[in-house]
Amino acid sequence: MLAKKFRSAMRVVLRSAIGAGALTFLFTPEVLRADPVAPAREENGKFFDAEGNPTYRIKADGTVDWYTYSGFRRYHSDCHTCHGPDGAGSSYAPALAESVKTMTYQQFTEVVIQGRQNLRNGNTNVMPSFGTNQNVVCYLDDIYVYLRARADGALDRGRPEKRDDKPQSAKDAEASCLGG
Amino acid sequence: MRALRLVSALALLAGVMPANANDEVQKLIEDPNQWVIQTGDYANTRFSKLDKINASNVDKLQVAWTFSTGVLRGHEGSPLVVGDVMYVHTPFPNTVFALDLNSDGKILWKYEPRQDPNVIPVMCCDTVNRGLAYADGKVFLHQADTTVVALDAKTGKPVWTVVNGDPKKGETNTATVLPVKDKIIVGISGGEFGVRCHVTAYDMKTGKQVWRAYSMGPDSEMLIDPEKTTELGKPVGKDSSLKTWQGDQWKTGGGCTWGWFAYDPQQNAFYYGSGNPSTWNPKQRPGDNKWSMTIFARDVDTGMAKWVYQMTPHDEWDYDGVNEMILSDQDIGGQRRQTLVHFDRNGFGYTLDRITGELLVAEKFDPAVNWATKVDMDKNSKTYGRPLVVSQYSTEQNGEDVNTKGVCPAALGTKDQQPSSYSPRTNLFYVPTNHVCMDYEPYKVSYTPGQPYVGATLSMYPAPNSHGGMGNFIAWDAREGKIVWSLPETFSVWSGALATAGDIVFYGTLEGYLKAVDAKTGKELYKFKTPSGIIGNVMTYMHGGKQYVAVLSGVGGWAGIGLAAGLTDPHAGLGAVGGYAALSNYTALGGQLTVFTLPQ
Repeated sequence: MLAKKFRSAMRVVLRSAIGAGALTFLFTPEVLRADPVAPAREENGKFFDAEGNPTYRIKADGTVDWYTYSGFRRYHSDCHTCHGPDGAGSSYAPALAESVKTMTYQQFTEVVIQGRQNLRNGNTNVMPSFGTNQNVVCYLDDIYVYLRARADGALDRGRPEKRDDKPQSAKDAEASCLGG
Repeated sequence: MRALRLVSALALLAGVMPANANDEVQKLIEDPNQWVIQTGDYANTRFSKLDKINASNVDKLQVAWTFSTGVLRGHEGSPLVVGDVMYVHTPFPNTVFALDLNSDGKILWKYEPRQDPNVIPVMCCDTVNRGLAYADGKVFLHQADTTVVALDAKTGKPVWTVVNGDPKKGETNTATVLPVKDKIIVGISGGEFGVRCHVTAYDMKTGKQVWRAYSMGPDSEMLIDPEKTTELGKPVGKDSSLKTWQGDQWKTGGGCTWGWFAYDPQQNAFYYGSGNPSTWNPKQRPGDNKWSMTIFARDVDTGMAKWVYQMTPHDEWDYDGVNEMILSDQDIGGQRRQTLVHFDRNGFGYTLDRITGELLVAEKFDPAVNWATKVDMDKNSKTYGRPLVVSQYSTEQNGEDVNTKGVCPAALGTKDQQPSSYSPRTNLFYVPTNHVCMDYEPYKVSYTPGQPYVGATLSMYPAPNSHGGMGNFIAWDAREGKIVWSLPETFSVWSGALATAGDIVFYGTLEGYLKAVDAKTGKELYKFKTPSGIIGNVMTYMHGGKQYVAVLSGVGGWAGIGLAAGLTDPHAGLGAVGGYAALSNYTALGGQLTVFTLPQ
């Protein structure tokens, strides 16, 4: 609770100082976290924000919704081998828990599906296209909501301890996506 | 070895020039002033006879000169020295520099291949490259996109090129090549992309393919003779691989060959290990999945397998068997044996008879190893030679969608590719190790060509109830299978070791230190912090009457990906989360060569 108060207090300070730049050198990303946002709407165990973009729901006791948990698993299969554990980044690829702070849901899905290249001398970064990879495409929203929870500071590093059961709609969607 | 030397001496006496390129390489290898293949010698000892830098003066070591590679990715492998020229390689784009040792490393020539950048993300875990090899007046580079190129050592102009695989299917390369006799033997990567991997021999003069041997599949494609190829003394029999896979799963079976190869001239054999079976979800591929996770002894000329030994049948943890094979002679049970010593990802240090493939010793080289109680050494047992798996840590027995906790070692192994060194003076093996455990949850995945085919969620953390660090640097007695001394390290030791006749051992750390320790006691004698974390291998050479020690720094690789942000222990309670050292607090990207010597 104290931590939360401190965080919102810090956010006010940060907002006023944001124009000054160089903030990331002064404060750890921990301090820059936004407050967890309560989802606006639920549809069969899947949560959405006011704009209709997928989001997470984490109960007071730490129970995460199925999709956030599923995103944790999918991230640590297909993403972490470049982007490091927990969306925390690596020597090879950027920290996605940071990236999704400034990326829209639309931009996120575009990059994952189409890939992108950043060709700089000596430090070439290439994100492949995952458009044909069912292990990623079928779980795109799962990965997004997991990273969103990480970006907002709503979810700590590591495996979520408690989770909701897998909704029937998730099973159906999975079967139809993987089968197709 | 001695017989061979005698033969070449006689040949020289008779005024006969060496018959093939191998004689030339063998002669260069025996000259400790040079370093012409990545492993130092064919036996993979990484031992140097040089002793000007030794236990009594290494504390005075100084930087002689440095060289920036211009590339920021993880720098594995080491430079070569042939005569007055040093050859330096880089990760993708795989630039090669020839540096003039007579003028402080002035650039004689530079070669930069043009490669499709789409190969980058297909390379699991960074665009590392483990270096060049020299033979027959040529410098051999095996690029990320699997193009093998022979460069004229004098001019840097390509003499021939050949393409070994297809990155669009996930086939890539990170390894060096083995120049042997009139051939270049190469491996391939792609175990996380469902590639069926192989070793291939090309003609050293022309680049024409001579033979190719797959890690799994029909006998004819594996170059296995059902009657003559043996495992633990018995013929493997017909279809030894096919019988251990369900349906045609062997076609996406993995078994990649990205490690270090050794060569024994007496046996005309080369030795290497194959990697994990694809996918990481064991439930999805029932059977022993032969011959993934296997030590192979093959004939150099024909590629035919002499013997095989599968260390981790039906892998459930990603314990690739690719690590180096070190050839030496050891007294075991009162008998002199020609041995092969191998420190596997699975945490067991193996000593085998390299002529017969007989298993002599298999012991844990990190006490934390817990997935198996031991390797069954009882020749009359049904499970002879197999690890006795502990059910609690079996991701197969626990099943899909179950998180198997506390498995030691983690998927990166008690040791990854970072090569060990062997000193015939101390008769000890010096082994850079990881001290990391994991939780592992397998689940169903589908295969798409050229896309990751992983199928397991991992979290890794430092070995619990230990010193809190993620690595050890150990000295190992391969006759007994015992740790002689062990130095705790904050991070995994991801750098190849070098032992010398000066009775010192060098290795690098992920923070960027080059360290020298006493070969007998492990006592630290010298350290220097280079500009970036070291995942390269230490080498040494003589030039102008002075001994030099050189190492590439440039953090990256699996180590840089897994450890950059630090590890968290999900079982250590809330307070400890994030409490472990993050590599990003110690070092940043940047490829640089640092060359050391003693002051005048």
